[in-house]
Amino acid sequence: MIREPLIFEISDQEKSAFFLPPLDVPPQEKELRRLPLRAEIKEFPQVSEPELVRHFHRLSQTNYSVDEGFYPLGSCTMKFNPKVNEKIASFPGFVDGHPLLPEDLVQGNLRVLKMLEELLMEITGMEAFTLQPAAGAHGELTGMMLIRAYLESQGNPRKYVLIPDSAHGTNPSSAHLCGYQVVEIKSNEQGTIDLSSLRAAMTEEVAALMLTNPNTLGIFESDIEEIAAIVHQRGGFLYMDGANMNALMGQFRPGDSGVDVIHLNLHKTFSTPHGGGGPGSGPVGVTKKLEPFLPVPVIVKDGDRYRLEYNRPQSIGRVRSFYGNFLVVVKALAYIRALGSQGLKEVSEIAVLNANYIRKNLEGIYHLQYSTPTLHECIFSDKYQKKYGVNNIDIAKRLIDYGLHPPTVSFPLTVHGALMIEPTETESKRDLDMFVGAMKKIAEEAATQPELLKEAPHGTYVRRLDETSAARRPVLRWRPDVVQDEDQGEN
Amino acid sequence: MKYISLSSQDIQEMLKTIGIDKTEDLFVTIPEKLRLSAPLNMPPPMSEPELVQFFDELAHQQNKYASFQSFLGGGAYPHFIPAAVDYLSNRGEFLSPYTPYQSEVSQGTLQIIFEFQTLICQLTGLDIANASLYDGASGAAEAVLMAQRLTRRTKVIMAASIHPQYRQTIRTYCQNIGLTIEEVPYTEEGRVDLAQLKQKVDEETAAVVLQSPNYFGVVEEWRPVFEIGHQKNALGIALVAEALSLALLSSPGEEGADIATGEAQSFGLPLSFGGPYLGFMACRKDFLRQFPGRIVGETRDVEGKRGYVLTLSTREQHIRRERATSNICTNQAWCALRATIFLESLGRRGLRELALHNFHKANYAREELAKIPGVEVKFSGPIFNEFVLQLPVPFSRLETYFRQHDILPGFQVENYYPELKNCLLVCVTEVHSQDSIDQLKFHLRQAVDQATAEGGSL
Repeated sequence: MIREPLIFEISDQEKSAFFLPPLDVPPQEKELRRLPLRAEIKEFPQVSEPELVRHFHRLSQTNYSVDEGFYPLGSCTMKFNPKVNEKIASFPGFVDGHPLLPEDLVQGNLRVLKMLEELLMEITGMEAFTLQPAAGAHGELTGMMLIRAYLESQGNPRKYVLIPDSAHGTNPSSAHLCGYQVVEIKSNEQGTIDLSSLRAAMTEEVAALMLTNPNTLGIFESDIEEIAAIVHQRGGFLYMDGANMNALMGQFRPGDSGVDVIHLNLHKTFSTPHGGGGPGSGPVGVTKKLEPFLPVPVIVKDGDRYRLEYNRPQSIGRVRSFYGNFLVVVKALAYIRALGSQGLKEVSEIAVLNANYIRKNLEGIYHLQYSTPTLHECIFSDKYQKKYGVNNIDIAKRLIDYGLHPPTVSFPLTVHGALMIEPTETESKRDLDMFVGAMKKIAEEAATQPELLKEAPHGTYVRRLDETSAARRPVLRWRPDVVQDEDQGEN
Repeated sequence: MKYISLSSQDIQEMLKTIGIDKTEDLFVTIPEKLRLSAPLNMPPPMSEPELVQFFDELAHQQNKYASFQSFLGGGAYPHFIPAAVDYLSNRGEFLSPYTPYQSEVSQGTLQIIFEFQTLICQLTGLDIANASLYDGASGAAEAVLMAQRLTRRTKVIMAASIHPQYRQTIRTYCQNIGLTIEEVPYTEEGRVDLAQLKQKVDEETAAVVLQSPNYFGVVEEWRPVFEIGHQKNALGIALVAEALSLALLSSPGEEGADIATGEAQSFGLPLSFGGPYLGFMACRKDFLRQFPGRIVGETRDVEGKRGYVLTLSTREQHIRRERATSNICTNQAWCALRATIFLESLGRRGLRELALHNFHKANYAREELAKIPGVEVKFSGPIFNEFVLQLPVPFSRLETYFRQHDILPGFQVENYYPELKNCLLVCVTEVHSQDSIDQLKFHLRQAVDQATAEGGSL
């Protein structure tokens, strides 16, 4: 494989990939002299267009993607991204619209936003939505701010937020950013929240419980109603992290079970492409009680016209500029409208079927910490392979040699050596069987040729990378004065 | 079944393997009374042709702005996007992977983020940059939180000339964590009032925050502002809402900023009704441990080949949980990819030239429009690619005329600054030809003449 240098290393100041037309106004030299001008950035790259295209094309070929193959990254819901959604989100009428256009000229856009809000309300059973948060964690922060604003309006914002030990790291981080201290709640032997611990911790200084459901072990919190009752009894709120909503569509609505706030991830459940790390979108749904606190602006329908409402005295304010990741919203809306009620229900059924098929096939070969039934994902550990000196990372890296993307490793923290597998509904049985076959083969290899795993991956563009020295001696940018020669070994 | 790859025979075989009869049995852990019995109430599913038609109607019939010549800016800027940006960024290998946790199969994304970080360092004149943040407004809030962690102080001083939405977002983020915010008014030049700023900065000040070009399009002077902050050991935070200005104006880093953050939508991202956009952030290297967001670093593989990984993750939420430097997880990686293609396509000369075109055209427009009797330049400070005009009558009295002529001449600043009556924020970039600027001048003169003839000026 051709090794692609950094663009800076192939830069040549004589070349150009872009040419502007001549300036068609008289130059404003006098005004220019009033500005503090910078020197030209000497090391800024200059390449030709053919070189530019090859650079990115070649780099793209070193990426693994959902379009290429099975991507069972647990808790990430790496499903197929329907291509028509990309086409729709590239319509000039959506792409070229300035966010400050007068409302009467963007009724289509406002309607898109309102339609998605209403559909998400129906899917989750919540009573109002905001589409502004840019990603899941942003949604968590927004949701916690809503709870805090409500409690503050009642006189006491309270001090603590309860979070199960199996929760994603963004939960405690978001609660903390909102001014709360985090109290961790232990899971019980079934992998679900321990009700007696919850009861003990739930005081009148607790603002909320942040609960992921199904939780990060893929287990549905069956006591959800009782959990809600315990939290509500003390005047607290039940926040649901909806990252795993792909297990529940058409089966269960959080709003029906006492959930007060939920965030969704459009880039997970609703199929918008993850783009190698965003953009996402993290809409937040709430009950009527919290609606007055939603971030501004709120989209309001007056008769058959839509408008943006800013005058919301109790609103927490803005959480970002403008109205959210609009084009992501467009794609998610297209997805829901393509599927309809029955289609969404099937999505969750098949997602859960696929995960359970994998679980059944790998049970006994890989260690399963909890025997509780799981929904859309299953979490194994490396316990059986440990005796050969092989860990979950080695298993993950070896999967790459089989042309598959590894599952999530080392999360959740409650399972030591975790392998968190979420196949999603879009995979064929052939791909599921390929994965199962590879995992079985790897379990054999762990016993017979552990070094094969420990040295994996083998055929990739780069082999296993030294993460320790990356963190210990950080090189976070290219510099012209540092010789960055390829393939020289340690320098 | 749409977007599903199992046949009914596959499903039967799989159910048999699992040892159950029907898929409903998989949901036994959901209590019966909470199981949905009725279908969700939503419109019937659409085929692909129906879907395309439905959204075409929304995008092109119900949205009605296509015929308008717009001079709207104010935090979202119209710029030309080279074809290579769309062509390359829409490759499935870039669009459809997750965050690059498995570095051996994500080198493309990782190397590009490393290039992006380098470009942001070069543009801001600072040492280190992250892989992106959500947008300029949330970036501004993150920078303020970072300054609080670094200084452990309780107050932030920001200029009133900062984008109102950025100020609102900073306030939202800070209201729950014991940080008070004070604002410093602007002068007749349209710049922050240095004397008042100096009075407000004290030993409890974590940071002074300034945007340039500011919301009025006026280029501020970073240095004196940051010097005032530094005298009290407060950090200097530079906000940049129009990232293209970084190609022309002296950089935050060389002017004494400790942290620079802002919006890079101008680098290859379409207006998109406000998102997705691209927050960027850079800072001094000694602040690394308090830096929010993902960072890519260079390293070697077991054979000595150069490669890239997500690094310094002990700052981040998945390791440090409530003590993380930010809760951010998913960011705007694909937008950063587009910005990287954009910047590398334009290159050193192209980017500078583009910035100059913006400068000359906007200044030409400002000069020409101010020649209209009754129309004045509101602020005398130098500008980059937008400016505020003072009109002789309320804009509402000109609006019908402009609508009839398919022109959107700017944004009414009064929406955010009640004291700036009859003021219009006008943005001019390379997408505006001299002809379109001259047309704006012609029509503004007509509209003003008509309005003053009808009812006299105010």
